[in-house]
Amino acid sequence: MTTISRRDHHDPDAHPDSKGAHSPFLEHHFENIAQQNESNLVLMWTFLATEVMFFGALFLAYTVYRSSNPGVFRAAHHSLDVWAGTLNTFILLTSSLFMALGVRAAQLQNRRAETLWIAATILLAFGFLCVKGYEYHHKWVEHLVPGPTFQFQQEGAAVPGTPNNLRTGGPDFTDRVQMFFVLYFIMTGLHGIHVIVGILVMAALIYVRWRRKNEEQHFMPIEMTGLYWHFVDLVWIFLYPLFYLIPR
Amino acid sequence: MAEETHDAQGAHITPVRVYLLNYGALLVLLALTYGAYVINLGVLSNLVALAIAVVKALLVLLFFMGLRYTSRLVWLWAGAGFMMLVILFTTVTDFITRDWIRIGGW
Repeated sequence: MTTISRRDHHDPDAHPDSKGAHSPFLEHHFENIAQQNESNLVLMWTFLATEVMFFGALFLAYTVYRSSNPGVFRAAHHSLDVWAGTLNTFILLTSSLFMALGVRAAQLQNRRAETLWIAATILLAFGFLCVKGYEYHHKWVEHLVPGPTFQFQQEGAAVPGTPNNLRTGGPDFTDRVQMFFVLYFIMTGLHGIHVIVGILVMAALIYVRWRRKNEEQHFMPIEMTGLYWHFVDLVWIFLYPLFYLIPR
Repeated sequence: MAEETHDAQGAHITPVRVYLLNYGALLVLLALTYGAYVINLGVLSNLVALAIAVVKALLVLLFFMGLRYTSRLVWLWAGAGFMMLVILFTTVTDFITRDWIRIGGW
């Protein structure tokens, strides 16, 4: 039994024992590369389903608290900077575009374009974190971080739309408005952690792929990372109106 | 440069035009979201904001995430995650019925 080189294995003309032409990226427990790619997509969507549940539970908590305290949430949301939220939404949407273009470049084996698009995505992600950091710093300075330092402004003012016209500064109101900020920090914080992980994964990926830039490389790792990044964008698309744009 | 529609492995390559159109639509929807907030339609605002967010999400899912071009099997998996979300949200019935019947000690 002769052994043939890995390269000849894929070349139908090189050797009588070769397996016939197939993608060099095919792993042989799959029938063909299309099935393998489909399986990888199913894998990624399974992971994203767990992420949907992860954030979904927090969105449910938000729903419960906002529907029972509409006036309080309305009053509290004025402390957020709408321009910051809108800018961040614009940043993430643009980063999704860049990521999609990076995936496309990977499919076309254009290593340079792929690396540049994903590097641009990472830069935008950093921009997002900077805006978030500015917002969080502002909250800390204004005593709006839940905990012993929490103090909502407008002492003594009545809050329209709340049961019994709760007055600010009372113990019940402080608890209720603090819930808004608890949810704000946990949900945007968890989202921010996802952004950081995304940056790390993308950076590692383009580094590893650039090191072997002259070889043909499979596009699926980029595609799967892209799915993760678009999901991060998806969560923000819902976070933005729920926290920043609560109507009167 | 010729526009290829499928790569060497048969996977669909989305044209740049589609991505740019999608991005443009998302920016328009972002402007609408902000506009609806500023204009303030009262009770309707909540519904409008949520509807616009859902449309944005669908655009990202279909085009940026490529669901439009993948097989039904992948659709099933993507849909399953969101179906679980729907089931999760039915548990809100626990919260809204808390005041209906007082059970001693609860």
